[in-house]
This record gives sequence, C-alpha cells and structure tokens, in this order.
Amino acid sequence: MSATTSDLRPTAARKRPAVSERRAVTRMTGGLGGTLLSALAWLMALVFFFPILWMLLLSFRSESDAASPRLLAAFTGVNYHGLFSGDVKIALLNSLNAAVTSTVLVILLAVPAAYALSIRPVKKWTDVLFFFLSTKMMPAVAALLPVYLITNNLGFNDNIWALIVMYMAANLPIAIWMLRSFLLEVPREIIEAAQVDGAGLLTILRKVIMPVIAPGLAATALICFIFSWNEFLFALRLTGQNAKTAPVFLAGSIAPEGLFLAHLCAVAFVVCLPVLIAGWVAQDKLVRGLSLGAVK
Amino acid sequence: MTAATVDPGAITAPPIRSSAEDFKARMLRRAPLLPALIFTVIVTQLPFLYTLYISVIGWDRDHPEFGHKFVGLKNFRAVFSDHALREAVLVTVELTVLVVLVSLALGLVLALLLDRRFAGRGVVRTLLIAPFLIMPMAAALLWKHAFYNAQFGLINGVINGLRGWFGNHTPTSWSILTDHPLLAVAIPLIWQWTPFMMLILLAGLQSQPGDVLEAARVDGASAWQIFRTITLPHLRQYLELSVLLGSIYIIQAFDAIYTVTRGISNTTNLPFAIFETQTESGDYGVTSAEGVLVVFGTIVVATFALRVVSSLFKEEANS
Repeated sequence: MSATTSDLRPTAARKRPAVSERRAVTRMTGGLGGTLLSALAWLMALVFFFPILWMLLLSFRSESDAASPRLLAAFTGVNYHGLFSGDVKIALLNSLNAAVTSTVLVILLAVPAAYALSIRPVKKWTDVLFFFLSTKMMPAVAALLPVYLITNNLGFNDNIWALIVMYMAANLPIAIWMLRSFLLEVPREIIEAAQVDGAGLLTILRKVIMPVIAPGLAATALICFIFSWNEFLFALRLTGQNAKTAPVFLAGSIAPEGLFLAHLCAVAFVVCLPVLIAGWVAQDKLVRGLSLGAVK
Repeated sequence: MTAATVDPGAITAPPIRSSAEDFKARMLRRAPLLPALIFTVIVTQLPFLYTLYISVIGWDRDHPEFGHKFVGLKNFRAVFSDHALREAVLVTVELTVLVVLVSLALGLVLALLLDRRFAGRGVVRTLLIAPFLIMPMAAALLWKHAFYNAQFGLINGVINGLRGWFGNHTPTSWSILTDHPLLAVAIPLIWQWTPFMMLILLAGLQSQPGDVLEAARVDGASAWQIFRTITLPHLRQYLELSVLLGSIYIIQAFDAIYTVTRGISNTTNLPFAIFETQTESGDYGVTSAEGVLVVFGTIVVATFALRVVSSLFKEEANS
C-alpha cells in the first residue's frame, strides 16, 4: 500500500512511474448495472446544473412570469437591456481591474519566490512555505477592521487599490504553493546542462523553465482571478460608489419592494459568466490549482 | 552575479548549511523570495499588531468624544461574557461539519460514478463543476430568491403543485427559511463545494495503480472488497486533503449567511458575528478583541491542520 499512497508528495512527479497505463484500466462497466450507473451520473449532473439553468431561464422572463414558477414561459430579452452600460458596466470594469491587476502582481511576486523555494531552495524553505500557508488559514474577517481603518487613514477608502492589495495578500500563498509544485517538474538535468553550457539565470528562466511551467502559470493565474473576481467581504467593506465590484453590485440589485427576480438573474448570469467560461475552458487545471498543486 | 548561478553543484545541493559559504551567495539565494515575503508580512501581520493594540483600548465609533483610552482586558471580558458569540462558535462548527461532510459524501459518490467510461462523461463532468464556478454571492441570492422564497420560489411552487394534484389547493405555509434556517444557509454551500470534493477525489481514484486493481479482479475479489481494501485506503490522503481545504474556506463562509438569513434564528457564524459587531455596534475595541481571539483559535486549529499537510511533505523533507 505504501507505494500507492505516495502520490500526493509534491515531488512525486519526478520519481513516479508513468501514468499512461493507469487510465487504460478505467472500468467500462457493461450490462444493466452499468447503464443504470451512467443514468444516475447523468441525473445527478442535471440536478446539480439545474439551478444555473433555472437562473438563465428566469433571466429571459418578464418579472411577472418569473414570479410564478413554471418550467416554460415567454422569452424576453428585456432584463439584459442596458445591462452593459451604467452601474453594471462600472462594477464589471472594477472587478476586471481588481482581478487582473492583482493576479498579474501576484504572479510577478510568486514566480521568483517559488523559485527560491524549489529549484534553489533557501535555508528552512519548509518553514517559509508553511508560513505562507498559515496566512491563508486566518479568517479574513479578523483583518477586516484594521484593514478598513488603515485604508481610511491612508486615504484609500473607496479606492480599487485597497482591494488589489488585499487580493494579492489573499492569493500570494496559493500562487507560491502552486507554482512551486510546477517548478519541481522542471527536469534538473536540463537546468544543469544549460548551466554547463554557460547559460545565465535569465536565459535559463526564459528557455528552460518558462516552457515547462507555462501551463501551470496559466492555471495559477486562473485560480487567482476566480478568487478575486468572486470576493465579497472586503469588497463590501472597502468600496463605496466608485470602486464597487460586481459581487457588491449584485448584492445591491435586489429591490426592497416590487418584483426583481428576473432582473437579478440577468445580472447574476452576466457577472458569473467570465469565471464560468474560464473555468470550463481550463477545467483540467482546476484540481491541481485548487489543491495547491498537491493533486495532479 | 552569474558566478553563483553557474555553479552546477548548487542546483542539486541541499539548502546551504555551512557557515563558510559566503554571505553574498546566501543573500543571492534569498533575494527572489524577499519581495513576496516582505509583502506578505506587511499586509498580513501589521493589521494584526494594530488589532492587538485596538483590543486593549476603548474605541467606540459612535462616541468619538470618549477618545482612545487604555482599558486593559475589558474588551476581552466583554467577549467572553457574550453569550451570542459562544453561540456563533457553535454555529460555525455545526455549519462547517454539515457542509464538509455532506459535500464530501456527495463528492465521493459523484467521483465513483465518473471513474467509469460512459457516453457523455466529459459533458457530465463539465455540468457538475459548474456550481463551483458560480460567484458565491450569486449562488446565495439565487437560492434565496429563486428557490426559497415562499411566494415565488420554486421549492414551494413544486410543493403547491403536488398538493394541487392531490386536490389540496391551499398554498403551503412551510418555508425552509423559517423552519430550517441553518439548512437554508448550508444548501448553497453544499451545492458549490460538492464539485470541489468530487474533483479532488476523482483525481485520487484515477491515480490508483491499475495493475493492483487488475490483480485483485483476477483473484476474484468483489467490487465491494476492492473498494474497501484497495480504493478506500488509497483515497485516505485525498479525503483528508479535501476535508482540510474545504474546511479552510467553509469556516470563513460569509456571503451565504449575509444574504440568505442575515444571521437570524441561530445562523450567525463567527465571520458574520465579527462583521456585525464592527458595522452595527461600532465598538471597535470589542471587535478587535474578537479578532485577536479568532486568530489565536485559528493558530490552535491550524497547527493541528498543518500537521496533516506536512505529513504529505514528510518524505520530501527527509529525502
């Protein structure tokens, strides 16, 4: 059993035997039992996807149709009218700014740090790695008040940069852990060979390391982007009218009175769409990213 | 500059230990790490020091005339005598355990179902991960208004439809929001975190060595025997990892509570309670005392949790 439980080791990729023959034995269950299991898988997929489908259906209804739950009703695009102008547009642009800027800066900080924790490890590199992870375990809400007071004192209230810095702090540990696990896959022999040939650090980074970790870099960026795009607590506390991001705008788009469900579903669908598409496109990378590189 | 990087021995050598190695080389090795480390220390540790300071002064947002006087442990005494806060700790544990266990169980079932080849497996997987990609605020709002709402929500719509079939045309008075508020908060979280558990467990299932399974099957082991004696022990690490990572996020759940129940009827967890103290009561001293206690509590829990993670590391550290 010891041979099979070692797969989670971050260095496993260097030593593990080829995976190719494993996929081949994935069972092809035939017969009635197999058909039933496949049907069950399909059923559960539809159950889990149904709320999203329902959101999409409601978003194409008039408010009065949305208020009486029926499977079928007349389609209308009215809820999407004007959705890409005014406040929604500002919120989407703010979210885009916060998510993209923080992701780029996190990557710039995380690549060298991950390098110093894997390929040329500093002393006590495990302690450093776990220090980064431990900051992730602190409930963010404990930092909410001091961060709120500090940003106000520095004159950064309702400023998107306050969010960018917070999202960087939140995602940096994840990015370092992930990138480290990708860097460990760079074959050492190639780095050594390049060094023997007299290649400098920058050449090695560009010609040897980058090509190998490029997919990992994309996966890391995706995870950072998703977490920043979806974050609500700090966005709620640190922003006002100007720097309001999509989740805050969404929370504010329920009317205190009158019917709002169809409109709400349209806004919700629009703000969810970027992450939904990005996640679907890169779904093979999700597991590794979400498990900080531990699961391949 | 390049002298240190050209040294071929440095690449495979263990972290520098000899004191003879010159200072410059050590600094060079450390340099790439420093920007990230300094940034993280400043942004995560400075606020904590500030919290520590506020926790021992009196600071009432709504009464600035009182100033910021040193009050000793008064704020901490206030926190410890706060019955509602103890309740919030319990709710946090309850909610986390409920969500983690249910999504783990559902995720395991789904992972087992997907660890077979069948028509449309890729589509099924794509549909199943979708809930995890939905913005948590959108998920909470969707469940609250499109599903739970007593008048126009789908759940009561279906119940009333079924009652109508059986000749009962009075609308039901049942509402998950009033009858099972904690469950109402948990459902969107379970819906979103089940795909996460499924993804990790599926990766675990697919990393099983095929030859062992094959040998077991040839030896005539039943599907249940193979699952219990080979698959489950193999999955243990993956189960631990999904519980650990899931808990880190679900302990912090805020959006669902803020949206679905606003903390009423015993659904206030710690993050929401601290948020409320800060925004509603405006007593910054007490808020900070709560923050300090949460951080200490987290350190205790995290030390335990990190042991799980570092067990995954042991072999590497030893090698």
